[in-house]
Amino acid sequence: MIRIELEKRAQHSAIFSLTSPLIALVITAVLGAIMFLMLGKSPTAALYSYFIEPLTEMWSIHELMIKAAPLILIATGLSVCFLSNNWNIGAEGQFILGGIFGSALPIMYPEFTGPMVLPLMLLMGIVGGAAYATIPAFLKARFSTNEILSSLMLVYVAQLFLDWLVRGPWRNPEGYNFPESRTFHADAVLPEIWFASGRAHWGFVFAILIAVLMWFVLNKTLKGFEVRVLGLSPRAGRFAGFSSNKMIFTAFIIAGGLAGLAGISEVSGAIGQLRPVISPGYGFTAIIVAFLGRLNPLGIIAAGLILALSYLGGEAAQISIGVSNKVSAVFQGLLLFSVLACDTLIHYSIKVVKSARGKAAL
Amino acid sequence: MAASEIAQRKQLLAVESLTKVFGTLKANDGVDFDIDEGEIHALLGENGAGKSTLVKMLFGTLQPDGGQILWRGNPQIITKPSFARQLGIGMVFQHFSLFDSLSVAENIALSLDAATPLSKVSAEAERVADKYGLSINAEAMVGDLSVGERQRVEIIRCLLQQPDLIILDEPTSVLTPQESERLFETLELLRREGKSILYISHKLDEVKRLCDRATVLRHGKVVGHCIPSEETPSSLAAMMVGENIHTIRKVADEAAGARETVFSVNKLSQPPTGPFSTALKDITFDVPAGEVFGIAGVAGNGQFELFEALSGERLQKDASMILLRGEAIGNKTINERRMAGAAFSPEERFGHAAVATLSLADNVLLSRHASDAKAYLSGGLLRIAKPSALKSTLARIVKTMDVRKSGDNPDAGTLSGGNLQKLILGREFDRQPSLLIVDQPTWGVDAGAAARIRQSLIDLSKSGSAVVVISQDLDELLEMCDRIAVMSEGEMSEPQQASTVTRETLGLLMGGANAGQAA
Repeated sequence: MIRIELEKRAQHSAIFSLTSPLIALVITAVLGAIMFLMLGKSPTAALYSYFIEPLTEMWSIHELMIKAAPLILIATGLSVCFLSNNWNIGAEGQFILGGIFGSALPIMYPEFTGPMVLPLMLLMGIVGGAAYATIPAFLKARFSTNEILSSLMLVYVAQLFLDWLVRGPWRNPEGYNFPESRTFHADAVLPEIWFASGRAHWGFVFAILIAVLMWFVLNKTLKGFEVRVLGLSPRAGRFAGFSSNKMIFTAFIIAGGLAGLAGISEVSGAIGQLRPVISPGYGFTAIIVAFLGRLNPLGIIAAGLILALSYLGGEAAQISIGVSNKVSAVFQGLLLFSVLACDTLIHYSIKVVKSARGKAAL
Repeated sequence: MAASEIAQRKQLLAVESLTKVFGTLKANDGVDFDIDEGEIHALLGENGAGKSTLVKMLFGTLQPDGGQILWRGNPQIITKPSFARQLGIGMVFQHFSLFDSLSVAENIALSLDAATPLSKVSAEAERVADKYGLSINAEAMVGDLSVGERQRVEIIRCLLQQPDLIILDEPTSVLTPQESERLFETLELLRREGKSILYISHKLDEVKRLCDRATVLRHGKVVGHCIPSEETPSSLAAMMVGENIHTIRKVADEAAGARETVFSVNKLSQPPTGPFSTALKDITFDVPAGEVFGIAGVAGNGQFELFEALSGERLQKDASMILLRGEAIGNKTINERRMAGAAFSPEERFGHAAVATLSLADNVLLSRHASDAKAYLSGGLLRIAKPSALKSTLARIVKTMDVRKSGDNPDAGTLSGGNLQKLILGREFDRQPSLLIVDQPTWGVDAGAAARIRQSLIDLSKSGSAVVVISQDLDELLEMCDRIAVMSEGEMSEPQQASTVTRETLGLLMGGANAGQAA
């Protein structure tokens, strides 16, 4: 009789804490190869065009940074939520509201120009995302509403609100009835980091700075300790004098604010106007980024780059080997699945038990 | 006759060189013992001696790495609890395996045949409860029950399955003497019915009073089999701990009456905080410096609510209900109370007093980040934690309280119950608080560590602090306290002098009689 047992480790494994995301990546690549094989494509060529090809050219690395910036920003905020046991699934909506709030200035007052425009827009983006995130926070703190449902449903509200805005009141008067806002004037566009080499904008710099800052706060300060304690045990948190209700608001506001900043950076830096759809699902993909990065902002930087690659690879694979770009979503799903499965190894060891007592029983 | 006599006492369960290894730790190392039909067999050992591991293997939640289990002479591989139940083994766990969000009856139904209707389960449960003196409301949500009440649910659940062997893990820790006595009668009744009982307890006089034979474990090995009635409690304890336990020194204190009052509670009343919580009614008491004040009572009579109100986890509108050295603190937060000189140690160690998955140094920070902010935090408003300062405090606590741990700064979850309790109390002793309020200081703690904890609480009071001990263990309170009051249904009795009060008086007060009746 052979059994496979999961045995709880006395202490979490430091080795697997570090290597489990890597193991997950390998499993994802293997499963992806099988998927391509079943689609009748060469797995090596497909994986190459998916994961390697986008890294071979400078412009494409800039695109990688453009895609990684919102993922890192949002996932950094989500790490605060998830560590404190607040399941904010609505970052996509907070991203959109950030984009809308920040865009209000160049769309409603296009004649207002100058160096103050951009900082104001970014600030309004943060405020918009944070304000939108306080809705599920308030519902949870006041009525114990499940924040997973309320934050998720608010995503659809945000998407439809944006759709209505760009088809209605904010439609570009000179835009031949296309559902788009007017394009932003030069002072309202987030500049490129290094214009000569590609179009990556300052959003990526914000993302890295904020992730490093957040790493410091979460790991070195009492505030970070408070986040973790309340996430692990609300009652122990109360014993320590921390307030669960305040933490609900703090976590949602930080996550919403960073999602809002990501939203306005994307609109102002990468798009340059409001459109009915401004995100290819960054707010949801960032959930995978947060977990792949082990809820550690430094890990999130790496994870954000990897998931950004899955977006680029999807586009590249669509062109070079002719598979649907829905393959990106499949890859992201496989990755999240593998990450969560591999995390088991941190707290449990796998043991194969060969039972000799079977004979004794006879 | 002789033949049937022998047949009656035939072996029910035997364990032969059972071994279980976790990593490098041999939790059980070649354990041998056997239980006869109609026998109450004691399993004695300190925390971490391997009793729980052994019991889990008997009940099928863990698989042995070596050795075998014989049930009625046949080797059995007990792969899962349902198979153990099928054999006729019932279990009352020390750490309860109940679902908080289900009612008592639903929890019980989970372990019965799927076909049994819930109404029948309730009726059955209440019948068994009455028979064995374990009063319980079958409709109550388990999440709202106190620790003691949960244990009753576990015992009833086990008895309902009519097992041949019942394993009881520390069953009397939350019962009044009268209730314990009733439980012993129940167990003796079951023994007369021919059932066997494996009885795990730290209370040595109980084992001596109740058990036919005993097996003593230390560090995963059997150190001896004995007949408890032929031993003394201290000889049993010596086998278990491997050293002679020192007895508590309580020096008579003549000046006690003249000392200043450190802590006073004035007409503290609080409405119920949840559907099954107890209201506090007009609680009044004073604790002078140098006194250990005991609060006795059966679980669920408002001790938990009282602890929350005294610690500041729940605030009072009227600040003057609670005074610390004359300062009204009823509306002050737990950290403001700590900064005023108070310290607290709650009943639940994991998830309240400490976080299992945080390191010990982080657990020091947990209760002391505000009161010792200067020592542990730097960087002004950034409030950056200082790991080196925390680690040196940890080292000091570990040394003074003799906390046994593996590694330098392991997760709290790796410590045994007794060692974690020593750490949690050591964390507060280290601050030299002028008031310490502790709930269940030695619940589930082995005899050696319990004696040490009680001694250190007395030492703290002798150094001029006021100590309030909430406990369901009367022996402990009588041993340590100067005065003892009893909680019953949210009310507190007149404090009794510990040196003169009888156990019977306290038992009656626990049952709700007033002081006049009791005396």
